[in-house]
Amino acid sequence: MKPCFFIPALLFYTGVFAKTIHVGANQLYKNITSAVADAAAGDTLLVDAGHYREKNLIIKKSIVLRGLNYPVLDGENKYEIISVMANGVIIDGFRVVHSGISSLEDLSGIKIYDCKNVIVKNNLLEDTFFGIYSQNSTNCTIENNGLTATSKEEQQSGNGIHCWKSDSLRILGNKITGHRDGIYFEFVKNSIIWRNTSTKNIRYGLHFMFSNDDMYVSNVFSNNGSGVSVMFSNRIKMFSNYFEENWGDASHGILLKEISDGYMQGNYFARNTSAIYMEGANRIFMAYNTFANNGWALKIQASCMDVVLEHNNFTGNTFDVGTNGSLVQNTFNHNYWDKYEGYDLNKDKIGDVPYRPVSMYSMIVEKYPPAMILFRSFITSLLDKTEKILPSLTPENLKDNAPLMKKAF
Amino acid sequence: MTDILRNRIVLVYTLFLLAASLSVFSLEDNSSKGLLSLLNIILIVVPLVSIIFSTIYVYNSAEFIELLVSQPLKRKTIWLSLFTGLSASLLVAFFIGAGIPVLIYQATMIGFTMIAVGSLLSIIFVAIAMLATVKTRDKAKGIGAAIMLWLYFSLLFDGLVLFLLFQFADYPMEKPMIAISALNPIDLSRILILLQLDVSAMMGYTGAVFKDFFGTYTGIGFSFATLILWIALPVWYSTRKFNTKDL
Amino acid sequence: MIIASNVSKQFGKLKALDDVSTTCNKGECIALIGPNGSGKTTFIKSILGMVVPDSGFITFKDKNILHHWKYREQIGYMPQIGRYPDNMTIGQVLDMMKDIRSENPALDEDLIKAFSLNNLLNKRMRTLSGGTRQKVSAALAFLFNPAVLILDEPTAGLDPVASEQLKEKIIAEKEKGKLVLITSHVLSELDELVTRIIYMQDGKLLFHKSIEALRQDTGEDKLSKAIAKVMTK
Repeated sequence: MKPCFFIPALLFYTGVFAKTIHVGANQLYKNITSAVADAAAGDTLLVDAGHYREKNLIIKKSIVLRGLNYPVLDGENKYEIISVMANGVIIDGFRVVHSGISSLEDLSGIKIYDCKNVIVKNNLLEDTFFGIYSQNSTNCTIENNGLTATSKEEQQSGNGIHCWKSDSLRILGNKITGHRDGIYFEFVKNSIIWRNTSTKNIRYGLHFMFSNDDMYVSNVFSNNGSGVSVMFSNRIKMFSNYFEENWGDASHGILLKEISDGYMQGNYFARNTSAIYMEGANRIFMAYNTFANNGWALKIQASCMDVVLEHNNFTGNTFDVGTNGSLVQNTFNHNYWDKYEGYDLNKDKIGDVPYRPVSMYSMIVEKYPPAMILFRSFITSLLDKTEKILPSLTPENLKDNAPLMKKAF
Repeated sequence: MTDILRNRIVLVYTLFLLAASLSVFSLEDNSSKGLLSLLNIILIVVPLVSIIFSTIYVYNSAEFIELLVSQPLKRKTIWLSLFTGLSASLLVAFFIGAGIPVLIYQATMIGFTMIAVGSLLSIIFVAIAMLATVKTRDKAKGIGAAIMLWLYFSLLFDGLVLFLLFQFADYPMEKPMIAISALNPIDLSRILILLQLDVSAMMGYTGAVFKDFFGTYTGIGFSFATLILWIALPVWYSTRKFNTKDL
Repeated sequence: MIIASNVSKQFGKLKALDDVSTTCNKGECIALIGPNGSGKTTFIKSILGMVVPDSGFITFKDKNILHHWKYREQIGYMPQIGRYPDNMTIGQVLDMMKDIRSENPALDEDLIKAFSLNNLLNKRMRTLSGGTRQKVSAALAFLFNPAVLILDEPTAGLDPVASEQLKEKIIAEKEKGKLVLITSHVLSELDELVTRIIYMQDGKLLFHKSIEALRQDTGEDKLSKAIAKVMTK
């Protein structure tokens, strides 16, 4: 967190000779564009509350733009509202509304072009196509913004926080709802996503592609069209996030596709159709995660290798683990499964017989989805029971050899 | 006329249900898991007890029914009072045995659905039992038929459906499945509860089809109407049969 | 009072009733006699509407009984085997019957008194002996002062005292001008009761005669001997 405070401090320090410019209906400058034109690097613009139609406000100087009581910047459904093209710009406390919509350009509420050390914080963005856009930027902070879009269709809506080809970003404490993807990362390195809430977005709460060495912590992703998708990335760390109520056949708490060397700990998955869907995932370590009341806690395709699950809690899931093949190269150990019916004679709190988290019926449903309608009927429980005694369909070595008798944490 | 049933078996059934549901709820730390175990009791034991008990009861009171027929009473009245008597007592048993524990431990939508569905199942299987008894004169045959019917509804039917499913795996089976499920009151009840219990899994594409149907008010209305039809039709038909039956 | 015209009934291959026609009038006490499976009980059940004839019809007071039930108010029926719901007490059974036939206020409780059933009102049916149940059945048949009494093997299972009391009651009712229909195997018992005999065999009604006519025809005084003579003919 330190750099975050460090940057403004640096700015104040260099701004000893900087001046403060007031903008507002009762001030010398009636609009922001004229004030920006007269400002010098290091100046601070204080903008009074009011309704400003600045068309496309382009900032090419390192200035601080601060709104008092959320002045409204209106894009009149035609323009990109703020374009930042200088290093060290701070945009703080605006209400940015009605950006244009274009299928050719990614018109945004606030867009950062090829800059460093830009801070966008405490803004409210409403009805923008893209919300806050970072293009080819480094060491920027996007903090405490609220983004709300209202489009119903994917084509009519851009992403909330869209980061492309950037490095060392900090995305902190934003609330995003109603966009196509809540947070979008493509070719972004060494960045952190922390304490954001991304709900009810049309497609993904978080969309992550070709981005290595990133980390996301303590975010809430709920009720998104397709949950969270993390694809083609390496060395991603995921801690203490909430994935909730992502419902639908193609919807997952989190989709992990072609991911290597990931680390997931302390995440909480509740009431998702499938909490984790893994395809081509390698060397993922998952520990101390909670899977509660999901349709499938884990759908792990046969293309996954060396996925390790330890000390996770599985409770109230309809199916614990689903898979499509019989070859299993993943390890389950010391997890708590509420469906475990084994015993613990030596009282070491570890079940004496292995637990097989793949039920016969989950294999059947995987193949013939309409069979779901027979779930929990007498015949299916019979099938499951016989399968437990004589495994034939379920993968032989997909099992937890040391299931816990009590919750792992 | 209706208070014929202060039967020892009903009492035992009540106590059994009570013990089962109480232990299920107190043994499981997670009360929704208790509900699951209770679901099995409701879907298997309730129909079984309802159908067997009613069949045996009707056969055992054959002579008394004869006596009643010789009285100035409409046969319809006799048969319907027998039906109400049986269903009322089994309902009371079910409600005390399973309903009250559910209300104590799980007064949620799931709990209410479960009670509603269990009650309907009790009545449905009384109706089916009475149909079985009116069709067969021989007691042993009748009880056999009742057991077969129960086996069919709780096991064989689902087996057939599963078989059909595998056979027609290449076709879109979601819609026909809804129609097929209406042919078995136990399936219908199970789906109604499933929609509340496994809502996450039911939200998958196929599940969503079911959910879209059964989850809507029309769907729920349809299901309950079908269940009530499952009561009305056997009762209507067996009353008709009983009206012209030689005793 | 009761007229049966060409009544036939078939159970599977068995012809239970084969073209039976007869007339029963009030003030008579008619014995239905015949070997086992001769159709006596079926005939009684037809009159009670428990069995619906395949062909022919039965009228009660000049009305066809088919699909009617009201006429049964005027019949008291005592079944061969009386079984009642196990968990009801005698009192409850009596009350229930009174409830069903509430339109008839004048109760005839002679038999209840004679059998001293009043002392047993709180006994459950399950605990009763066959004889006691038979007493309940008899008491119920007479309770509502019906115009017609139909008794299926009334004395079977009754102890001699009760049996005698029942016979007295039957005679008394006959004297009052009621129609009494009895089936029985024990012919000796019927001697003093009956005025007419209906003899059935294989579903056919062989004859319907007054007892005097029968005695004259056979020259036998005892009913049992007379019947034996008819059968050997």
